[in-house]
Amino acid sequence: MNTPTSGSQYKVIGTRPIRHDGADKVTGKAKYGADVKFSKMLYGRVLRSPHAHARILSIDTSEAESHPGVFAVITTTDMPDLVDKMADLGEGVVNMAHLGDNVLAREKVLYKGQAVAAVAAANVHIAAEAIEKIKVEYEPLPAVTWVLDAMHEDAPLLHDNVFTDDMGQKSETPSNVDKEIHFLKGDVETGFAAADLVVEREFKTATVHQGYIEPHVATADWNEDGNVTVWTSTQGSFACRTQTAEILQIPISKVKVVPCEIGGGFGGKITVYLQPVAALLSKKSGRPVQLTMQRDEVFEGTGPTPGSFMRVKLGATKDGKLTAGEAWIAFDAGAFPGGPIGPACMCVFSCYDFEHAKVDGYNVVLNKPKTQAYRAPGSTHAALACETVLDELAEKLAIDPLEFRLKNAATEGTRRVDGPVYPRIGCVEVLQAAQASDHWNSPLEGPNRGRGVALGFWFNCGLKSSASAHVNPDGTVTLTEGSTDIGGSRASIAMQLAETLGITAEEVNPQVVDTDSVGYTDVTGGSRVTFATGLAAYKVGLDIEHQMTSRAAALWDCPPEQVSVESGVYSHNGDSLTFAELAEKLHATGEAIVGRATVAPDGATNGFGVHLVDVEVDPDTGKTTILRYTVIQDAGKAIHPSYVEGQMQGGAVQGIGWALNEEYFFDDQGQMKNASFLDYRIPTFLDVPMIDTIIVEVPNPDHPYGVRGVGETPIVPPPAAIAIAIHNAVGVRMTDLPMSPPKLWKALSEQS
Amino acid sequence: MGGLTTLSGFEYVAPTDLAAAATALRDAGGRACVLAGGTDILVQLREGMRAADLVIDVKKIPELLQLDYATDSGLCLGAATPCYQVNTTADVAEAYPALVDATRIIGGWQIQSRASVGGNLCNSSPAADSIPPLLVYQAVCHLAGPEGRRSIPVHEFCTAPGQNSLQPGELLATLTLPPQSASAGSAYQRFIPRNEMDIAVASAASWMELDDSGSTIQSARIALGAVAPTPVLAEEASQFLVGKAPTEENFAAAGALARQVASPIDDMRGTVEFRVHLAGVLTQRTLALAHRRIQES
Repeated sequence: MNTPTSGSQYKVIGTRPIRHDGADKVTGKAKYGADVKFSKMLYGRVLRSPHAHARILSIDTSEAESHPGVFAVITTTDMPDLVDKMADLGEGVVNMAHLGDNVLAREKVLYKGQAVAAVAAANVHIAAEAIEKIKVEYEPLPAVTWVLDAMHEDAPLLHDNVFTDDMGQKSETPSNVDKEIHFLKGDVETGFAAADLVVEREFKTATVHQGYIEPHVATADWNEDGNVTVWTSTQGSFACRTQTAEILQIPISKVKVVPCEIGGGFGGKITVYLQPVAALLSKKSGRPVQLTMQRDEVFEGTGPTPGSFMRVKLGATKDGKLTAGEAWIAFDAGAFPGGPIGPACMCVFSCYDFEHAKVDGYNVVLNKPKTQAYRAPGSTHAALACETVLDELAEKLAIDPLEFRLKNAATEGTRRVDGPVYPRIGCVEVLQAAQASDHWNSPLEGPNRGRGVALGFWFNCGLKSSASAHVNPDGTVTLTEGSTDIGGSRASIAMQLAETLGITAEEVNPQVVDTDSVGYTDVTGGSRVTFATGLAAYKVGLDIEHQMTSRAAALWDCPPEQVSVESGVYSHNGDSLTFAELAEKLHATGEAIVGRATVAPDGATNGFGVHLVDVEVDPDTGKTTILRYTVIQDAGKAIHPSYVEGQMQGGAVQGIGWALNEEYFFDDQGQMKNASFLDYRIPTFLDVPMIDTIIVEVPNPDHPYGVRGVGETPIVPPPAAIAIAIHNAVGVRMTDLPMSPPKLWKALSEQS
Repeated sequence: MGGLTTLSGFEYVAPTDLAAAATALRDAGGRACVLAGGTDILVQLREGMRAADLVIDVKKIPELLQLDYATDSGLCLGAATPCYQVNTTADVAEAYPALVDATRIIGGWQIQSRASVGGNLCNSSPAADSIPPLLVYQAVCHLAGPEGRRSIPVHEFCTAPGQNSLQPGELLATLTLPPQSASAGSAYQRFIPRNEMDIAVASAASWMELDDSGSTIQSARIALGAVAPTPVLAEEASQFLVGKAPTEENFAAAGALARQVASPIDDMRGTVEFRVHLAGVLTQRTLALAHRRIQES
C-alpha cells in the first residue's frame, strides 16, 4: 500500500487519466434514462394543475380511459393513503404524506404544474390527447408567491396541518412558517456596541432552478409477483428506492432501482416525481411504462431552489476586527415544508470568527413548486448577504478586502454560530492563495470596470457508502459501487482503489450498479462521494491487499506478515510478484478474491473557496460582462485535478447565471412565464470567459488521502463576488438577484 | 403544458413550382403550413402552438432559393434562401450590412444554415431580427397566390404579433432590396441579456445616405423591433436627421425621437421603461455604426 502520508509519492492520485465512462459518453453510447426501451413499453403523460392554488372538487377520468390506445389512467386514489411519516433521504428528511401529495395531488393543488393525474398509452401522442380528456373541477383559491407576503397572518394558508417548528416547539395554530431556526453565540448587543462601524442591508433573491440538461425520466416495470424495477436518472438509487417503496407502501425489497447515466442533478434529482407514477401505471397496465418530462414540466413541476429575503448586519472596529453579526433569513420552501433554511443559517457567518453572532431563520410555504437542494443549498444566498455587507465595511474602513477577510477568517478551533468547532480547515490558505494569484496582482483598468472578491463555505457530508471489488485473473479489478456518477466520481473513486493497490487507474473497472447489487449507499450529494465512497474504495483496497498478501504467503510457504508490499509488488526473501502476476495465480491456488467495505464516516469536513471576478458594466443597458474569473478552492487533495477544476468551473458558471439573469418570472396569478431555456437564461459559452482555477490542498485529516469534497462550494461566492465587482465598476450596491440588465440599469438611473 | 419530443403525423409535399405550392396551400384550407428552413414551424408544431395536416416544403422551388445581386439592380432574395448564404456572399454582405448584422445572430450556425430571411418575415414576430433591416432598406415583398402575383412594401407586411397580410393560399416568393450607393451605410443591433441564443428585448436598424461632401445626411431611415406589435419605422426620428450633420449629438437626438414610437409591453424579457430606453440607445448606436461604416468604406 502507498501510505497516505507519502504526499507527492502518489502514483495515481493527482494524475489525469481518461475517465472510464468517457468513450461511451463522447460517442453517445452511454445509456441515459430516456435510452431505456422495452418491447410493449407504454409512454405516459402527466396532467398538471393550471392553478397556483385550488381545491380539487372532482376528477373524472372516464373519457380518458375509453380513449383508444390508452392502457391506464391514475390519480391519487390509486395511491395508498400516506400518513405523516418522516423519512431520512440522506441529504434531508421528508414527510412522506407531503411527498405523496407532490407526486400526485390529493385534496388541493398548491402550485401551477403540480401533478394531478397520469396516463399510459401506446404512444406519447395518444397519452397527450388522453390527459386533455381528464376532467378536473377546481375551486380556485387565493395564491401567495412572495416569502414575506406568505408570512403575513392574513396570507392564504396552504396547509391546515402544518405548524411552526421553533427549535423543537410546535405552534398552536397552523402556519405557513413551517420552521424557525435561532442560533446565538455571545451577546450581539455588546458586540455591536464595541463596533466603530455598523453596516446593515436587506437582500432579495429570486427562485432559481438547477437547470440540469437532462429532464426527469423514469421507466417502471411491475411484475406479476409484485416486484417493481425502476430505471431512472437519479442522484441516489437507494433514496429513490426508499421513497418509491414508501409512497407505494410496499417493502423496499420489492423495489429495485437501476440508476442510468445522469445528465446533471445538482440536488434536484434526489426526490422522486415520476418513479412512483410510472410504477403505478405499470401495475395498472401490466406493461413497462416510461415517463419523460418536457422542459416546462421540469421548471414548473420539479423543485427549484428557494427565493429569499435576508437582512444582515455586521459591526467592525476601525482596525478591521469584526465585533458582531446578525442575520435574519426567510426562505420560500415552495408548496411543502422543508428546504435549506438550516444550512443557510449555519453558513451565513461560517467563514469568520465571530465572538458575537445571532441568526434567525424562517422557512415559509407558499404557492410555488416544492423547493429542492441546489448545489450548496442555502449557502449562496447567505454569502451574497454576508459578503456584500462585509465588503461595504472594508470599503468604508479603507481596508483591503482580502486583508479584512484574513483578519477575521475562521481557523482550526473557531466555533461556528450553530455550535460546531472547526477541525483543520483551509480558509486562511485560500485567502492567501488569492492574494498571491496573478489575477489579484494584475491591474484592472478602463471605465465601468470593477473587481470583486468573495469567500464561500460548504460542508462535506459523510453518510453511508458501500463498495466491493473482485480481482480478475488478468490483474484488473472490477469495482462495484452505488454512487451515481454526476461529476467524474467513478474515475476519482477508481483512482483511490488503484492507488491503494499499487495498480493503474485503467486497471480498475468501476461500475455503478443497482440497489440489488451493492450495499446501501447514500445519495450523490453533500460533496460526499469522492470523500466517503472514496474512503470505502480505499478500505476495499486494504481488504484485497490483505487477502493477496495471504495468497502470496501461501505460495511462498511463509507467514503473511513476512510478505512485504510496495507499489503493488509483493515480495518475500528474494521472491517477488506483481499484483498482476499474483492475480494470474489466484484460480490455481484457491478461492477468488473479493474485497468489501462499507463506511459511515463521522462528522463533516469543510470546503472554502475564494472567487475573483472582473466585470464591465454597460451603463446604457445595465448589461454586465464577465471579463475574467478565478476560482480558488481547498480540495484537501485533488484526486483527479481535471474533475476538481471542472467542478470549480461548473459551479462558478451556475453562480454567474444565478447572479446575472436566472429567475422564475411569475405573473400575479402565480403562473411562471419563462418555463423554457429561451427565457430562463442560463449562461451560454459566449457569456463566460475561461474560468481559471487554483487548487489549494490542505489535507482533510479524516480521509486517508486528505480528500475534501469540492462539488458545491464553487456556486457559493459568485453572486456576492459579482455584486461587489459591479459596485466597484459603477458605484451601485446591488442587493436583489438577479442583477439583470433592467434592474441594474434602473439602479444606475436612480443613482445619477 | 408543453409539447412532446416527437411530432404528430402530417402529410408532406414538396412542389417544384410556385403555382403548385399556392394551390396546395389553398386546397388545404388553413390546415397547411409552409416549410422553408423550418426553424420556427417545426418548433411550433412540436410544442402544439400550431397544428397542420399538410406541410408544404418550398425548398424545391428554384425561385425561392435565389440570391441574385448586382450593384446596379440590388438584391433579389428567395423566401427560402438560408441565412448563411446571405452571410457568406461577400458583395451582398458589403451592400446590406444591417441585414447581415441580423442574419448572423438569428440562432446559431446550425439554425442559420436552414433559417431564411423570408421565413423570419413570415413568422412575423415583433422581435424578428431581419425585419428592421428590411424596413430601412425599403424591401419589397413579392407574393404568389391562387389569384396570381402581387407586390407590397415590407412595412405593410406585418399586421400584428404572428400575423401578416398574406391572404389564404398566398405565400412569399421573393424579397427585393434596392441597390445601395457608396455613400449609404446601415447597421442593426439588438439588446439581449446574454450574448447568444436569445430573443431581442429591443432592437434597431438604421440606414443613412450622406451627401457628396460626407458632412450632411441626405436621407435616413430608422426601424425598431420588439417595442410594438410589429417592427416599426421611426419616421419622425428619420426625418429629423435629414439635412443634419452626422454627429453623436444628432444621433442622440434621433434616439430620443425614436423612443416616442416605442409602445412595448412588460414581460419576462424586459419592462416598458427599459425597452423604451433601449430603443433610444440602440438607435443612437446603430446610427453611429452606420456612419462609421460609410467612413470606412
